[in-house]
Amino acid sequence: MGLREDGSERGWVRERMGLREDGSEGGWLQKNLEGYVGFANLPNQVYRKSVKRGFEFTLMVVGESGLGKSTLINSLFLTELYSPEYPGPSHRIKKTVQVEQSKVLVKEGGVHLLLTIVDTPGFGDAVDNSNCWQPVIDYIDSKFEDYLNAESRVNRRQMPDSRVQCCLYFIAPSGHGLKPLDIEFMKRLHEKVNIIPLIAKADTMTPEECQQFKHQIMKEIQEHKIKIYEFPETDDEEEMKMVRRIKDRLPLAVVGSNTIIEVNGKKVRGRQYPWGVAEVENGEHCDFTILRNMLIRTNMQDLKDVTNNVHYENYRSRKLAAVTYNGTDNNKNKGQLTKPEASDSMSPLAQMEEERRDHVSKMKKMEQEMEQVFEMKVKEKLMKLRDSEAELQRRHEQMKKNLELQHRELEEKRRQLEEEKNSWEAQQRILEQQKLDASRTLEKNKKKKIF
Amino acid sequence: MAANEVDVFAHEEKRNLELGGHVGFDSLPDQLVSKSVTQGFCFNILCVGETGIGKSTLMNTLFNTTFENEEASHYQSEVQLRPQTYDLQESNVNLKLTVVHTVGFGDQINKGQSHKPILDYIDAQFERYLEEELKIRRSLFNCHDTRIHICLYFIAPTGHSLKSLDLVTMKKLDSKVNIIPVIAKADTVSKSELDKLKIKIMSELVSNGVQIYQFPTEDEAVAEINTSMNTHLPFAVVGSVEDVKVGNKMVKARLYPWGSVQVENENHCDFVKLREMLLRVNMEDLREQTHARHYELYRRCKLEEMGFKDTGPDSQSFSLQETYEAKRKEFLVDLQRKEEEMRQMFVSKVKETEAELKEKEKELHERFEQLKRMHQDEKKNLEEKRRDLEEEMNAFNRRKVAAETLMGQALQGCSQPFKKDKDKKN
Repeated sequence: MGLREDGSERGWVRERMGLREDGSEGGWLQKNLEGYVGFANLPNQVYRKSVKRGFEFTLMVVGESGLGKSTLINSLFLTELYSPEYPGPSHRIKKTVQVEQSKVLVKEGGVHLLLTIVDTPGFGDAVDNSNCWQPVIDYIDSKFEDYLNAESRVNRRQMPDSRVQCCLYFIAPSGHGLKPLDIEFMKRLHEKVNIIPLIAKADTMTPEECQQFKHQIMKEIQEHKIKIYEFPETDDEEEMKMVRRIKDRLPLAVVGSNTIIEVNGKKVRGRQYPWGVAEVENGEHCDFTILRNMLIRTNMQDLKDVTNNVHYENYRSRKLAAVTYNGTDNNKNKGQLTKPEASDSMSPLAQMEEERRDHVSKMKKMEQEMEQVFEMKVKEKLMKLRDSEAELQRRHEQMKKNLELQHRELEEKRRQLEEEKNSWEAQQRILEQQKLDASRTLEKNKKKKIF
Repeated sequence: MAANEVDVFAHEEKRNLELGGHVGFDSLPDQLVSKSVTQGFCFNILCVGETGIGKSTLMNTLFNTTFENEEASHYQSEVQLRPQTYDLQESNVNLKLTVVHTVGFGDQINKGQSHKPILDYIDAQFERYLEEELKIRRSLFNCHDTRIHICLYFIAPTGHSLKSLDLVTMKKLDSKVNIIPVIAKADTVSKSELDKLKIKIMSELVSNGVQIYQFPTEDEAVAEINTSMNTHLPFAVVGSVEDVKVGNKMVKARLYPWGSVQVENENHCDFVKLREMLLRVNMEDLREQTHARHYELYRRCKLEEMGFKDTGPDSQSFSLQETYEAKRKEFLVDLQRKEEEMRQMFVSKVKETEAELKEKEKELHERFEQLKRMHQDEKKNLEEKRRDLEEEMNAFNRRKVAAETLMGQALQGCSQPFKKDKDKKN
């Protein structure tokens, strides 16, 4: 890219060239920026604003009592989160599993961190531990729901984020493998929260035992398809090397302590045994440093991001899908992830719009069909009417003709009769005449004879 | 701990604890920044101003590059917005810059609707973001944010103050976008005129209630510079991408017979101030304001328009699910009603037509009844005539018979007297 006169790296600009002839989008035309523009300062602006806002983090701690959870938390944050006044979960066991939270504010280097520690007194401590994970699931879901509601309000003010961003799950150092409870819990929660499994009280195992134990645990985790928190890939080679090294040491085996002991002139935190001191921050003794660096110094932001972009989005899409199209059907599927359909990529409102459009077109079609049927029936009826009209007309014509015929016949007969009458009358008249003539003649003759 | 540190989480119930050593979460801002840098940033600038006022030149000067831009003509029938996106990189910061120019602004004879395409464009970007936000499966962090973060309003340096088009447009835009007014082509205004012009413009803006963007003064790191810059608004800018030799350096300037106007010389114009404020100091704040204020306002109005409320009739908050379910119920009821309506309409139509057809049938029937009756009458008539004829015939026959009988008798009578006579003669 080249350096400028003042030694700073030349910035560059890329511009998309228009469409190619075949219609595909053009490539990038890269040009160098000639001078210092200044938006390289943007990250500093972001930095300042974030410090002003302050940071929040919600950490959940789960495990049977006596696994050293409180000590570990205190060690991680180098503060008396759990103290005689605020006892740890193992000292607060009630009849049923509780999920309780406490908030602390810690400051370092101008950065304010509001830490919410959520613990689960009573988890795994009963004789019958069936469903002891349910209160945990309910808690996590309720925090998601709170956030969803806050995010969905019309008037959004601050959106307080109390979603659980990381869950440290403590595994008892039995040395053999995961317990059924461990597997159940992780299976049910791996899609709701980032799970970081930890081997507690790692100082009860030798390195070889620890290695074997870790191996066994990872095998079982893979067998049961449990998705624990994964370190993000980076482009940086160095970082990737570190990430891979850490991945080889999962799950992390930790030891906690806030007692300061002097070892070889150094003041370290550790646990004093007759046979030596197990140092908390010694990488050869346990993985505490890795955990702390990973959890706090490098991946805290990523844990928040994964919670926001993956776990929360899963919750949200499941929740919203239940409200939409197949309303009643989906309510049954609430617990499971529905298959992605085209309708899922829309908001419920857009879905309703589409539904409305579908309905309108369906109705139109129905209307058209009904119209057609109607028209057809009317045509039929009209045709029938016309036919019967024609028929009746025809018959009428016929009858009329018939009558006319008879009329004519009658007329004919009458004429004949008249003719006959006339001719007979004429005849009669002739006869009469004849008769008259005859009688006259007779009379004449009579008269003659008399002489 | 500094005495003037503000407790950010004052509203939360919490314990304040002291740390016993270096924990390391002071790297949190760095973690956040490194994530943002990896993601890359988006920045969208809208330039509103008359054709030829120097918008493209200013953009080129601001970003030290020549963005491809055709010269616009004055003959656009309406205002059009032309967005162009560029990928810029400086140090390790990737910036997706979108510059939107208003083409044809101020060229029409009737400028009454000039602001509308601009408002529509801004709203469309908000709408796009809102749509993504409301989707069931969404990817907000991957989404290219096209919402306008800053509107540079170019004021013509002619005249003594703002044109009415300027006031109207800015008033319509101020609740939707951050506005920074700039006096363009400031090299045509003398220093004293410039001061007067600035004062006049600001007072007109204030008296008309136009809310322009104020550089934030809460952050101590930038409070001072921002406060002073606020007093220099509107910035009088000059743009140039030509290099002119001044002294022994090549600088960006405009060469006139009477001297050269150096773009980066703060005595000549406020270009440097604009660049400082816009890019180097307040870019993040502009983005934040757009998201937290302007976008939220748009979203609130849009949701209220669609009938969403936060509280029910008894002031209880609705959960999202309840809201959607209520909407859905309403919607389904509405659909059903429409269906019913259509059916009813159809049923009544059918009834109507049935009645009509029945009428027709009746008519036809009646007609034929009538004809039948006529026919019957005719027949009767005919019968009568026939009978008459019969009778006549019979009468005639009787006459005939009678006459014949008479004749027969007469004949007999005639022949008898002959016989008598004959007998007498004998």
